[in-house]
Amino acid sequence: MLYAILCYDSEEVVGAWSAETETAVMARLGAVQDRLRAEGRLGPVARLMPTTAATTVRKGAEPLVLDGPFAETKEQLLGFYVVDCDSLDAAIEVAAELGRASGSAGAHEVRPLMLYRPGEAQVEAS
Amino acid sequence: MTDLAWIDAALASARPRAVAALLRYFRDMDLAEEAYQEACLRALARWPEQGAPRDPAAWLILVGRNSGIDAVRKAARTEALPPEDQLSDLDDAEAGLADRLDEGQYRDDILRLLFVCCHPDLPATGAIALALRIVSGLTVAQIARAFLVGEKAMEQRITRAKARIADSGVAFETPGPIERAERLGAVAAMVYLIFNEGYSASGAEAGAREPLCREAIRLGRLLLRLFPSEPEILALTALMLLQHARSAARLDGEGQVVLLEDQDRGRWDGAMIAEGLALLDKAMRHRRPGPYQVQAAIAALHARAKTAADTDWAGIERLYATLERMQPSPVVTLNRAVALGRLSGPEAALDLIAPLGERLDGYFYYHGARGAFLDQLGRAEEARAAFVRAIGLAGSAAEAAYIRQQLDRLSQPK
Repeated sequence: MLYAILCYDSEEVVGAWSAETETAVMARLGAVQDRLRAEGRLGPVARLMPTTAATTVRKGAEPLVLDGPFAETKEQLLGFYVVDCDSLDAAIEVAAELGRASGSAGAHEVRPLMLYRPGEAQVEAS
Repeated sequence: MTDLAWIDAALASARPRAVAALLRYFRDMDLAEEAYQEACLRALARWPEQGAPRDPAAWLILVGRNSGIDAVRKAARTEALPPEDQLSDLDDAEAGLADRLDEGQYRDDILRLLFVCCHPDLPATGAIALALRIVSGLTVAQIARAFLVGEKAMEQRITRAKARIADSGVAFETPGPIERAERLGAVAAMVYLIFNEGYSASGAEAGAREPLCREAIRLGRLLLRLFPSEPEILALTALMLLQHARSAARLDGEGQVVLLEDQDRGRWDGAMIAEGLALLDKAMRHRRPGPYQVQAAIAALHARAKTAADTDWAGIERLYATLERMQPSPVVTLNRAVALGRLSGPEAALDLIAPLGERLDGYFYYHGARGAFLDQLGRAEEARAAFVRAIGLAGSAAEAAYIRQQLDRLSQPK
């Protein structure tokens, strides 16, 4: 079984870290990742840019594009894609297409990645 | 158990919201500031053991308000007080309070606070100092260091600014939509001024002033959270990130400025550039270009160039022409001339700046750029005269030394 581990913290606090704190935290996380990688258990690792860099595409006949992360709290994060796009417009187009294909309510949040490592884990998700 | 470093960062980031709300409540800067300090002391006593509250800013506002009221009560026992039911007990009130303090309220409070600090009656330096003290919570000593003045002088400057604001009867009411748009523009300009105070420093000052850049970026991000769809706020934050991304490469070992084309691009901060580009991307989708957006687009073209030779000078020249139409200024034209020089040669650049001579006669960069163009054309005598004029106008030893180098090079036999 693959598990996604989603990181939550106060963005204001993390954003206010000094360069030294940032480096120290990343080094500690890197040590955990290194162990998991050595065991062949590490899947993709991604760090998202701050929510201020986010754009939300609300599903619907006419997809609605909003600045910022505006998924409503009654909606839960169900999964995510990593897509390579040349521009934000292209990414929004992909999100709108996914929204049409899903045929349900909700939204897709487009958040640029700050870091992406594809990972080693070979386990098949059920 | 909550980590002390986390608490420090949480207190710093909650500060603008908390102080802004306390200012609305008490309408007195000193009282609001003292109430906030007191709330921080209590947070430091409680959070490490009991954990941080769900909404640190709301907690600080409530505790600060109660302690401020206590202070007022002690000072003047006869004064009328807010109804007792507002002085609720913390533990049961916190959750409900956090919900009531919605984003809209925060937004107006912070905007009001920032706007009070950039009051038109204050000289720019006073406004910046006040904002750094009240909004950012830098100590007087830190601000004094950043502005290269003594602590006492800075203390006086801030006290004067506070007094001026107290006398002027600044409106503490919630701003209406039009007023809010106007305020946001003034606030954005002040944030950029803070950034430039940090960014323009070189030599020994650079280290002391660098925190101003980080603080300005933090304020930009704060404004962006409150106004996620304002293209000029997106662009301003993008602009600051794109410029600050170069900070490790733009000063040499002696703290002297390294020209953009000579910078080691490997030392630029890639993550900061990526975030700046992402924010600019969002801003441009609104199709409402503004001056910050154009400046950020110029910074983005520099940032995207893998080497100095890859720089898209045609794009930069076009963007400066756009900026010239939006905000006509001889300095913008001079910048366009530099881009045009790269694109079409020094002759075209000289033609473009020829009409600026009168207005920019006292401007170091005008004579420096003019000297460089003339030099490229082999008009050595005229170039020398321009450089000599520039040296007389140099604002720092580093600028003078740079021009001196050009002069020395001109004297070498070819």
